[in-house]
Amino acid sequence: MDLFEYQARDLFAKHDVPVLAGEVIDTPEAAREITERLGGKSVVKAQVKVGGRGKAGGVKLAATPDEAVARATDILGMDIKGHTVHKVMIAETAPEIVEEYYVSFLLDRANRTFLSIASVEGGMEIEEVAATRPEAVAKTPIDAIDGVTPEKAREIVEAAKFPAEVADKVADVLVKLWDTFIKEDALLVEVNPLAKVASGEVIALDGKVSLDDNAEFRHPDFEELHDKAAANPLEAAAKEKNLNYVKLDGEVGIIGNGAGLVMSTLDVVAYAGEKHGNVKPANFLDIGGGASAQVMANGLEIILGDPDVRSVFVNVFGGITACDEVANGIVQALKLLEDRGEKVEKPLVVRLDGNNAELGRKILTDANHPLVQRVDTMDGAADKAAELAHAAAK
Amino acid sequence: MAIWLNKDSKVIVQGMTGATGMKHTKLMLGDGTNVVGGVNPRKAGQSVDFDGTEVPVFGTVKEAIEKTGADVSVIFVPEKFTKDAVVEAIDAEIPLAVVITEGIAVHDTASFWAYAGKKGNKTRIIGPNCPGIITPGQSNVGIIPGDITKPGRIGLVSKSGTLTYQMMYELRDIGFSTAVGIGGDPIIGTTHIDALAAFQDDPDTDLIVMIGEIGGDAEERAAAFIKDNVTKPVVGYVAGFTAPEGKTMGHAGAIVSGSSGTAQAKKEALEAAGVKVGKTPTETAKLAREILAG
Repeated sequence: MDLFEYQARDLFAKHDVPVLAGEVIDTPEAAREITERLGGKSVVKAQVKVGGRGKAGGVKLAATPDEAVARATDILGMDIKGHTVHKVMIAETAPEIVEEYYVSFLLDRANRTFLSIASVEGGMEIEEVAATRPEAVAKTPIDAIDGVTPEKAREIVEAAKFPAEVADKVADVLVKLWDTFIKEDALLVEVNPLAKVASGEVIALDGKVSLDDNAEFRHPDFEELHDKAAANPLEAAAKEKNLNYVKLDGEVGIIGNGAGLVMSTLDVVAYAGEKHGNVKPANFLDIGGGASAQVMANGLEIILGDPDVRSVFVNVFGGITACDEVANGIVQALKLLEDRGEKVEKPLVVRLDGNNAELGRKILTDANHPLVQRVDTMDGAADKAAELAHAAAK
Repeated sequence: MAIWLNKDSKVIVQGMTGATGMKHTKLMLGDGTNVVGGVNPRKAGQSVDFDGTEVPVFGTVKEAIEKTGADVSVIFVPEKFTKDAVVEAIDAEIPLAVVITEGIAVHDTASFWAYAGKKGNKTRIIGPNCPGIITPGQSNVGIIPGDITKPGRIGLVSKSGTLTYQMMYELRDIGFSTAVGIGGDPIIGTTHIDALAAFQDDPDTDLIVMIGEIGGDAEERAAAFIKDNVTKPVVGYVAGFTAPEGKTMGHAGAIVSGSSGTAQAKKEALEAAGVKVGKTPTETAKLAREILAG
């Protein structure tokens, strides 16, 4: 889960990483009172989960409370690279910046541990710096158990060649930032820029934090951090039902079990679509291992509720999942929707293999639903589903 | 021979007395796995009856090893307690720990992996979030259905559970020496490279099937390893060609950011190492057949 800047700021503050004051609002008028409290001037910052908002006009200085309201009015509702601005942060104006640095901690998959990245050339061009002059970016592996001690922080500071006058302060920020990383179960904490200001202090002016959804069990507060406004309505409905669903932009609805098999199903459908008017998968939906008939029915209801879907491909290889449960789920879901008076007109192609496949196939054959057809190979079923979606789109 | 697991393997189950542990212990016993004990400190001294097979419950992994000579542990404990369970297995120096549990926080996995390193890597860890390992006809540890295929001469290593089953099914008439699901989490214990190296040295394996998916660079590193170290034929499949950037597709690791980690990049790296890569699981199986037919 990627956080907004203001959420990252709050987490930094919680762990004593130096930040500027700031509050988030979603109506322009609220900018006035906050700006007054900040001494009459502020920075209005669009809260979007995409880079380059400054260049897009999403960050503006306000010299008076009235001006803050005007800038908030401009920025709220703005589109930045496809992201609508629903919130702005009204932040304290930064003291004069002398230098901009970059520091982060992140997961290092390849080495199965964590990594620190630090550079004295922070700011907007850090990616350019990393690409053209990798020697200006210090990468230091961090042991997951030993963590970042003051000694380790000092090692990072030396590797990145921070100037002597800020070395202690940056090392202190690193220890606190590591604290944030560990205690919040983050996959990434990044400060860019970490600014040295005229007074000699270092302050985290902007930051990114990404948290591990799997760690939610020990962080009940994660729940509040979810960006419910941005979720696609179908994705939100699927999440309510604990389904692993991602909306895509094609026409063939996909349901399968296991992330790998579903991803593979998306590919196979896209290849088949090349022969059938270029139809593509409409979604990713993994019903997981050992899914019951009810889970299958919930999934099918979401897919059939997607207006973009023209045909549905149910692709299940029963490992723990029993194919008779899947077949029962399909039959139940169709009956449920019809009982509710909803007209189901989208054809379903079902491929069942593995655990209790024969039983599952028999249930479908016996139900003899006019919209359901069985195809017993993955490639054949994908081709049929693509063909039906193309025919329905005509 | 096979790799890492055979008929002589003595298996204990951490979390055997939970619902998932009970279900799969029964299935594993049914597949002929030599399950010699379970571990649960609150039920130590008891035993569980699985259709006439009495399996004793021990208080600790260490005690279970001392009393039974166990050399494999399979871990089904809930995600909140998995880290402690793996650390216990490492402390007891069991040679193989297979972590089935899904949904483990990455910091927990990073932590037990670092711990295994500090203890000298005496325990091979497979997983987490994986289906386990099966040597058909000999032993089955985890949740892979035991009846898909028979013993044979193909070795399989895969990030994905259901794609493992699909591929075993496609090639069920030829059969497998060992199939190992390594899991799709961002941090895993045993890697593609570990399995490739073991299959290369296994006299019972003639051909290796390797299944990857988007995210990370494990497949690219495996490709480099194959080029330098693997002389047996390798057939590959990568899932996620049509996955959009920046979306997580179920597996925590299956996310593409930027150009690295794409299925296309992985396919190209594997092909450059001489691996035949199929576009679909079925086509991949066909490539394997063609090679084995000579």
